Amino acid sequence: MNWDWSNVEDFMPHFWDGLLVTLQALAWGTLIAFSLGLLWAIAQRSDQVWIRWPVTAITEFIRNTPLLVQLFFLFTVVPEFGPTMSPLTTGIVGLGLHYSTYTAEVYRAGIEGVPVGQWEAATALSLPKRRTWTAIILPQAIRRVIPALGNYVVSMLKDSPQIAAIGALDMLGEAKGFTQATFTYEAISIVGIAFIVIAYPASVLLRVLERRLVR
Amino acid sequence: MMTSDFITAWFLPGLWITVQITVYSAALAFVIAFPIGVLRTSPLWIVRFLAGTYFEIFRGTSALVFMFWMAFTVPMLFGFSFLPMAAGVLALGMTYGAYGSEIVRGALAAVPVAQREAGVALNFTKGQRLRKIEIPQAWPEMLPPFNNLLIELLKGTSLVSLIAVADMTFAGNLWRLVTAESAPVYTVLLVVYFVLAFLLTRGMRLLERHAKARIGQAPEKVGLLGGLRSKSSIDAVTGTGGAK
Repeated sequence: MNWDWSNVEDFMPHFWDGLLVTLQALAWGTLIAFSLGLLWAIAQRSDQVWIRWPVTAITEFIRNTPLLVQLFFLFTVVPEFGPTMSPLTTGIVGLGLHYSTYTAEVYRAGIEGVPVGQWEAATALSLPKRRTWTAIILPQAIRRVIPALGNYVVSMLKDSPQIAAIGALDMLGEAKGFTQATFTYEAISIVGIAFIVIAYPASVLLRVLERRLVR
Repeated sequence: MMTSDFITAWFLPGLWITVQITVYSAALAFVIAFPIGVLRTSPLWIVRFLAGTYFEIFRGTSALVFMFWMAFTVPMLFGFSFLPMAAGVLALGMTYGAYGSEIVRGALAAVPVAQREAGVALNFTKGQRLRKIEIPQAWPEMLPPFNNLLIELLKGTSLVSLIAVADMTFAGNLWRLVTAESAPVYTVLLVVYFVLAFLLTRGMRLLERHAKARIGQAPEKVGLLGGLRSKSSIDAVTGTGGAK
């Protein structure tokens, strides 16, 4: 075993660049996943069959197929008839879309957890549908599912290196490039440790949050 | 190369590799998940701590980075190398084993305390209690989240294509390079993964019905198209939510 700290030192500037890209992907991906997921969840409760059924089918399909293949699909197929996106943008869309199907389930559970009496009360007050959702149901549903949503952000973080496969320079992408250019091997170890160092405190934090927000 | 040649030369062998890797890494994950999960319910704090450390480390690990590390760093750092497929199976098995341990722990913790106390009252040893009382009751509770985890694992096997294992995704990428037609190739690939996930779910539902019948519970009614994921209080994807 011959670990060389000077290689680590050389890699660090690339590491910070990569970390920034990873965090960017995570932040935008989270934004897409949270908002799109809510849309899916509400659409799945629609009384219109032609909305409910396709949305359920699409989310089931996306959730049960590999993110990696979806990324390849987005990166190569979409430009054939749509906009050409950079690897990072494709990665963000892919991560956001993939995880929106998980957050949809989280929201769904949260919405189902709101007591029926709340719906009935809204009906009794003859609140319009929009007000029922925004003022009664969602505030109660979302509060309870914040920790669960957070756990999916941590999951997304751990899946985010897959965007390196389509050429985005996130932490893994930088490490791969550095490794191939210098024939050293320290970079991937550093990145591996970085994931644990970020993910562990995040999940501890979420456990604390869960104790305070749920029940 | 003709498409039909390509399918027999690359795609079907790739499908077979995907199935093999799923089976091997599921077996490894299971073999890791059970002892770690049981040890995490141990009354000794040091045992709980060590098993918990395994869980926390591998739950915080990105499976892909770990796989790269096994495939590219280990040979240079320690001077021995795995077959690429073994590196993939080890990485997947060890990370998903950590998630699985949370399922085992949560299901064991959900067995009513009175059951354990009854075992104590009957003078059962710890091992007997585990084998004859706790695991048989926890097992049907484990199957639905195991089903979800298995689908995650199946999806995760696509990562081995990035360490040059010729699985289905690898074959798909080659196929795209040869035909230069992305849309049909990746659509077929996604559909095949979906069908595999569907078949896994059918198999797991059968196991679940069998396990529930054995301890005298009625199976939950789910339609043929009632979703691939099973309902469970334990979230297999994030490794959270089990009984404390």
